[in-house]
Amino acid sequence: MELFISQIFNGLSVSSILLLAALGLAITFGLMGVINMAHGEFIMIGAYTTYVIQNIFKSNVPEKFFDTYFIVSIIMSFVIAGIFGLILERLIIRHLYGRVLDSLLVTWGVSLVLQQLARTIFGSSNVSVIPPSFVDNNLKVTQLLSFSYKRIFILIMAFICVALVAFIMYKTRAGRNVRATMQNRAMAASLGVNTNIIDAGTFAIGSGFAGIAGCALTFLGPIGPTIGTSYIVDTFMTVVVGGVGRIVGAITGSFIIGMGTSSFEFFTSASLGKVITFIVVIILLQIKPKGIFTISTRSLDD
Amino acid sequence: MKSFMRKAFSIFTAAAITLSLAACGGNSNETEGNSSSTNSDTVKVGILHSMTGTMAMSEMPLVDAVEMAIDEINENGGVLGKQIEYVLEDGASDSAIFAEKATKLLTSDNVATVFGCWTSASRKAVLPVFEGNNGLLWYPVQYEGLESSHNIMYTSCPPNQQAIPAVDYLYENNKGDDGKLQLFLLGSDYVYPRTTNTIIKAIAEEKVIEIVGEEYLPLGHTDMSTVLTKIQQTKPDAIINTINGDSNVAFFKQFKDAGLTANDIPIMSFSCYEEDIKGMGAEYAEGHLFAWNYFQTVDTPESTTFTEKYKALYGEDRVTGDPIQDAYIGVYLWAAACEKAGSFDVDKVIEACESGEIEYMAPEGLVTIDPETHHLYKVARIGKANAEGQIEELWSTDERIKPDPWLTGYSWAAEAGLGQ
Repeated sequence: MELFISQIFNGLSVSSILLLAALGLAITFGLMGVINMAHGEFIMIGAYTTYVIQNIFKSNVPEKFFDTYFIVSIIMSFVIAGIFGLILERLIIRHLYGRVLDSLLVTWGVSLVLQQLARTIFGSSNVSVIPPSFVDNNLKVTQLLSFSYKRIFILIMAFICVALVAFIMYKTRAGRNVRATMQNRAMAASLGVNTNIIDAGTFAIGSGFAGIAGCALTFLGPIGPTIGTSYIVDTFMTVVVGGVGRIVGAITGSFIIGMGTSSFEFFTSASLGKVITFIVVIILLQIKPKGIFTISTRSLDD
Repeated sequence: MKSFMRKAFSIFTAAAITLSLAACGGNSNETEGNSSSTNSDTVKVGILHSMTGTMAMSEMPLVDAVEMAIDEINENGGVLGKQIEYVLEDGASDSAIFAEKATKLLTSDNVATVFGCWTSASRKAVLPVFEGNNGLLWYPVQYEGLESSHNIMYTSCPPNQQAIPAVDYLYENNKGDDGKLQLFLLGSDYVYPRTTNTIIKAIAEEKVIEIVGEEYLPLGHTDMSTVLTKIQQTKPDAIINTINGDSNVAFFKQFKDAGLTANDIPIMSFSCYEEDIKGMGAEYAEGHLFAWNYFQTVDTPESTTFTEKYKALYGEDRVTGDPIQDAYIGVYLWAAACEKAGSFDVDKVIEACESGEIEYMAPEGLVTIDPETHHLYKVARIGKANAEGQIEELWSTDERIKPDPWLTGYSWAAEAGLGQ
């Protein structure tokens, strides 16, 4: 029983990490249709932003307020990754809307450039971030059953971020404009929506959420120039399985893959668990080629 | 306007691609068109390590160490009166590129020798290149053994100088009340961890050791929750950790978060050194065990000067460790072999190495090249990480151990189908 609960928690935790990492991609790839291979590097930018802010706090702020660095980091990761996203969109991506293969290649190139940039600035070694003391413990229920505060924190953070994105997309005027632009660009433009600004803004927000994911992932994983590459495949898989274009798709996708990976891994091994997950995904996409949740449209050629 | 923008854009794209290619391609500071490895006052050597990609984090400090050794030798008059000049090539964490760059170094740069490689995959990829072109490679990382090429000198250790003493140590110090040692084997999913664990399982047959779990993670794996559940479930006396690369950071961080400590279950790591500890944060590694031949804290005059020099050159926050030291001593051993041979010719240098007289007073202590196996006589050490991220020696062998990559000295090896 303990084992069962602990495995459920593991699955949920993996799902929440995936969801957080894939949320930005659900916007840039899901909504906008840009295959952004540099998505992982926005996660990296978030992680390094956290590292820099931690260092600033370490040398300038009294020790008892040190923990507040994390709140500043979350905001700054969003802002910095968002700015990078904005620059990327304005300089490159906007010339490539509709040219899927080109954008794939170019963003892959951008990801290499960003990795090398990080290596030049911070060195090739990993850097360490000290987590705030309020997450540095765990909730021990029994000998076998314990929940790490960091994982609970990430779970809550993923939940808040999803709520935030859902709110922006479905409850605000800006969100309505975004959805209108993505569904029918010409019509939205003719009704007075500035689609240029919408494109840039949406891409920046998507990148910003990747930054937040990077900030949270400093709790659990390494922080180095190549960390983006460890998440890129999983995040794309999450968005594709869930169904492109819907937030609920990303949630379902991450839940299926997260739960799947951790339970298959439990019964087999890490490598085999990953293989079985991929097989399940392939089968799922055979049955539902466009993912679990799709937007119904009237277009014929889509 | 539009066409201008398009042009500007295509230029930008081209620049971006060139930049990224340049980043992949690495840089070389070679001199031009020199058909032989030596000219009147210089001798050319190659350095072949990953400077980009996932292994860059581990291999970059080794490049620094080799460069430091070369500079030191040059300051003291060079080798056979010639200054050493090096060609730096980037293996880009990709075995195929390693093989390609090795070919380039041997056939077009005509280097006298090459210092390089980290993963066993990259070494296996360049091995036929070195054997085919009669080159000489100095390989600086501990590995799974079961190899001894005529054209490679191994300056780190096979399992009998690291893994086997480490298991003996755990057997002496960490077994449970019932006199049985329960081990959990955890590693990355490739040749080194799998071979090492095969060896450990063969030892377990001989002794009262029970292997309660064996798990392999894909390289770059970052979520340890399920593996940790399995560890908590099996409650081993110790974990043998052969994870390589970034995953170590994730493992140590999440191990602590799961509420486990070094007192409950110590982790004995084979592929994780001071540099990795710095990258994860000292508090995660504190109290855990590490098996190497050299730690930065080893108390010899050579070790102190080595670390001081390294820090002075590359920054006070840098650390040294076993692989860095092994890369460094490779250059000195090569220089010593050349001096003995009186030549830079590969055959003569290898012959000198096989004289059994090539030795060097390394930071870890005296090392000597074993004529038969091309490995080094070394002391094995076990250490415990402290709060500063340094590893303090707990135990070491009294004598230097004779390298035994083929495990000929162990009866269980033949039974388990290991060795020759």
